[in-house]
Amino acid sequence: MKITFRPVAVGLLLAGAGALLFNAASAGGDDYYPPITDKTTLQECGSCHLAFPAAMLPAASWQRMMGDLENHFGDDASVDAATARQISGYLAANAGDTGGARYSRKLLRDVSRNEAPLRITELPKWVREHREVSKREWASKEVGSKANCVACHVDAEKGYFDDD
Amino acid sequence: MTKATRAMFALCILGLTSAVHAGPREDLVSRYAAEARAADPAFAGFSAARGETLHITRYASGKADTPACTSCHGDDPRVAGRTRSGKAIEPMAASASTERYTDPAKAEKWFKRNCKEVLGRECTPREKGDWLAYMMKQ
Repeated sequence: MKITFRPVAVGLLLAGAGALLFNAASAGGDDYYPPITDKTTLQECGSCHLAFPAAMLPAASWQRMMGDLENHFGDDASVDAATARQISGYLAANAGDTGGARYSRKLLRDVSRNEAPLRITELPKWVREHREVSKREWASKEVGSKANCVACHVDAEKGYFDDD
Repeated sequence: MTKATRAMFALCILGLTSAVHAGPREDLVSRYAAEARAADPAFAGFSAARGETLHITRYASGKADTPACTSCHGDDPRVAGRTRSGKAIEPMAASASTERYTDPAKAEKWFKRNCKEVLGRECTPREKGDWLAYMMKQ
C-alpha cells in the first residue's frame, strides 16, 4: 500500500497554522473575554452597563444573579419570564466554567467550586489586577464606577481588557 | 356593487385603517389616558408642563444617588445622558429618535424601574402621560 504523505503533511501544517491563528485571534492574550453575542442578553444587560462577558463568572453566579434581578446591586433590573429564560440559558452555556472556560482559567482560578460570586470586581484576580488604581482615579468623573470598564479598557466592548 | 358604492367602501376601509394606525406613540399616550381616566374620572388630559416638573424635580423619596430623572438623563432631553456605570443613554426627546416610545413593553419596563429609583414608587398613569407629553414636545 502506498501512503501519500504529502497531503497528510499539508493537512497537519494547515491545522497547526489554523490553531495558531485561532489562538491569536480569539484569545488575544489573557485579557480577552468573548463579548456577549446574544441579542436579547446584549440589549438587557447592556443598557445600564457594559454587557459583561459571560465567561467572567461561573454558571452558578449567573444563575444566582438571574434569580434576583429585582435587587440587582441595588437596582430593579427585572425582566419578563421569557426574556429571563433566554438570558439565563445564554449565560449558563457561555459561563466561565462552561462554554467560556478556556478564557477564564486565570480569572476564576481562586474561585472555589461551591462559590457563586456576584461581583466580578470582587474576584481575587480582578482585585490583584486593579490594585494600582487609586481611590482618586476610581472616583474621577471619567470612571465613577468599577463597572465602567470602558473608561480605561477602551476595547472592552470588543472583549479586550488589556492594560491600557 | 356599483362604482359609487365600491368607492365609498374603499374610502371607509381607508378611514378605518388610518384611525387604527394612529402610530405606536399615540397608542401609548392613549393607553395611559385611558388608565388615568379609570383612576380619576376628573382626569382632563396630560400636561407637558407637569411632565417637565416631574422630570427635573429632585425627590428625597427614591435612591440617594438618583434623586431626579436628570441624574442620569441629563438636563437637556435632546442630549445623551449617562448611567452611573458610564454607559451612554440616547436622548429622551421624541424628536431625537424614531424608535423611542414605539414599544409599549419597553416603555413600561423603564417607567417601572426608573420611577422606583427616583421616586421610590411606581409612577401613576397620569405621571407617565405627563412625562411623555413633555418628551413628545422636545
